[in-house]
Amino acid sequence: MTALKDAFLSAAVALGLFGPMVGLVTHNAAAGLDLVPNPIAVAVLVGMVFFGRLGMLLWRDRHQGRPQAPNKALAETLTKASRYLTPALLALAIALPFGGSRYYVDLGTLVLTYVMLGWGLNIVVGLAGLLDLGYVAFYAVGAYSYALLAEYFGFGFWICLPLAGILAAFCGILLGFPVLRLRGDYLAIVTLAFGEIIRVILINWVSLTHGPNGISDIPRPTLFGLSFSMDGGEGTFSDFFGIEPETIQRVIFLYYVILALALLTNWATIRLRRMPLGRAWEALREDEVACRSLGIDVTNTKLSAFAIGAMFGGFAGAFFATRQAFISPESFTFIESATVLAIVVLGGLGSQLGVALAALIMVGGLEMLRELLSWLAAQMDSPFFAGIAGELPTYRMLIFGLALVVMMVLRPRGLIAGRDATATLTKQQPVARETG
Amino acid sequence: MTALLSLTGVTAFYGAIQALRGVDLEVHEGEIVTLIGANGAGKSTLMMTICGNPQARTGSIVYNGADITRLPTHLIMRQRIAQAPEGRRIFGRMTVYENLLMGAEVSGQTDIGTVMEQVFTLFPRLKERMTQRGGTLSGGEQQMLAIGRALMSRPRLLLLDEPSLGLAPLVVRQIFGAIRDLNRATGLTVLLVEQNAYQALRLAHRGYVLVNGAITMAGTGAELLARPEIRAAYLEGAHA
Ligand SMILES: Nc1ncnc2c1ncn2[C@@H]1O[C@H](COP(=O)(O)OP(=O)(O)OP(=O)(O)O)[C@@H](O)[C@H]1O
Ligand SMILES: [Mg+2]
Repeated sequence: MTALKDAFLSAAVALGLFGPMVGLVTHNAAAGLDLVPNPIAVAVLVGMVFFGRLGMLLWRDRHQGRPQAPNKALAETLTKASRYLTPALLALAIALPFGGSRYYVDLGTLVLTYVMLGWGLNIVVGLAGLLDLGYVAFYAVGAYSYALLAEYFGFGFWICLPLAGILAAFCGILLGFPVLRLRGDYLAIVTLAFGEIIRVILINWVSLTHGPNGISDIPRPTLFGLSFSMDGGEGTFSDFFGIEPETIQRVIFLYYVILALALLTNWATIRLRRMPLGRAWEALREDEVACRSLGIDVTNTKLSAFAIGAMFGGFAGAFFATRQAFISPESFTFIESATVLAIVVLGGLGSQLGVALAALIMVGGLEMLRELLSWLAAQMDSPFFAGIAGELPTYRMLIFGLALVVMMVLRPRGLIAGRDATATLTKQQPVARETG
Repeated sequence: MTALLSLTGVTAFYGAIQALRGVDLEVHEGEIVTLIGANGAGKSTLMMTICGNPQARTGSIVYNGADITRLPTHLIMRQRIAQAPEGRRIFGRMTVYENLLMGAEVSGQTDIGTVMEQVFTLFPRLKERMTQRGGTLSGGEQQMLAIGRALMSRPRLLLLDEPSLGLAPLVVRQIFGAIRDLNRATGLTVLLVEQNAYQALRLAHRGYVLVNGAITMAGTGAELLARPEIRAAYLEGAHA
């Protein structure tokens, strides 16, 4: 009975919220905006809340006494699965282009870009525990470094890639200095501002960056000097291998480039974690005073985390520029930082596999959801759904946000919350050598 | 005997609050020196000031013949001074083994295995718990880990801030025993801050009493134990 009352209450709240937000749709009419009521959508949502709440309460009643059970089971499954998940994901990533679908290769490239960004930010946030809300700044610095070096000096992608990384790392140190003494919330605010400053500079330094117009015709990368141009002439990929030039060749090549870059980031992070520097990052996250008392140079440790995290952001930025062939400050807004941070947090601060999974869900899952909703909308062509079918795809973010909330409720410390030890006594020899 | 560490007229401030008012203190090579005093007397501040955090505002701190008063903390701690700070401050999410490794990180030594074996001989419990996360250890085990971690850098001077805090008498005896063994076997110099004045003074060669940021009494452990004012202020019922 209480469950029923509770469900009614939730439904009432939902009605109050969704009534104006979903129930009233604005349409462009001849004379300004028209308000069109949409009662069916509201009814569906309120009904969903009502039955969802009721179901949840009943289910909880039945499982009383062991409220942690489903969560624990999930954790165990994830831990068990994670051993097989890593090779499976890697195999999938390598095999993806052989599926031959351009759509999936493009999507895979996008996902991998975010995986790489997630792994880069993971160094700063997950390992060193420095909350950075302006990570997109380094992504932007990397992208503009390549675009500008290519425009003004005609440098190719492979020369610019390390340069972009170095410039981004330099910016990381630049950000690091003023925030050395800050922690937590204060650090977050300053890094947030830093991200915005970089974007505003890109917009306003028109003579260098072309401002809001952005930079176009950014050259594509080459494969050992072979270009992927469509003319199929001398020195192109297709000419060298004697095949017809096709766009998909370049798309697949770019896919493997970002896969390699992402794996490089992962490899570097795993290596660093086992070295004194990486261990110092993690120790810093745990207790700064203790680090000092052990003789660790906290300043350098923090700066190196910012610099190395930024460097991978810079690599990813350079890749982004060469893939899009066009960049503008609009690509580097706060929402990018927020997405990458969400990936790191959702993955379980510090977990490499968790970050990859989270990127897959956040970027790939969102895209899949869009597809699914469009497909569903196409199925609902009866007049009864007339109000909803057209609107359905626009609920994508709502559903996605809800899914994220549910996920964080189930796994409050991220998908893969456990932390792997970086050293064990059975491996003492290599550890001792690295440390010495 | 030469003084390994000597403080002269050291003052320290937290903002406008003065926590140390001209402290003079000496620790000789191979000694165990204990510092006792009431809550808020400035004992932890004195320990931290030796480590340069906060730095002494006036006065000088000389260690091993060199003035370290103005050195940054991490450089002080690289001169074979190690500290087990107040409140243990072990790395909660890292394993016991990793915590110990962190202690050896900056000392640049190659035979970490040997040092770690020595720590394990001192605290066998740590060896059993090697793969456990630091944060899940019991209070006493955490204290052992904090001391063990400090020992990993093979210090000449060990600073211990209330190692007995919150521990059962048996564990306190065990830890004090370990300190004595270390001092006897390796000549390790120890500066010990303790609330547990009776045991600390019995363990120490010499002791200092800190009141309101200034040293008010000094002497050998036995001398201080015999002083009626000390018995009244710090030893009431401690060894009934
Ligand atoms: N970070 C700080 N900021 C301001 N005041 C401080 C700070 N740390 C300590 N103090 C003050 O300095 C004085 C000395 O503190 P300290 O921690 O050195 O005492 P203590 O002798 O170690 O005491 P206890 O036995 O309780 O550990 C106290 O009055 C304390 O309030
Ligand atoms: Mg204290």
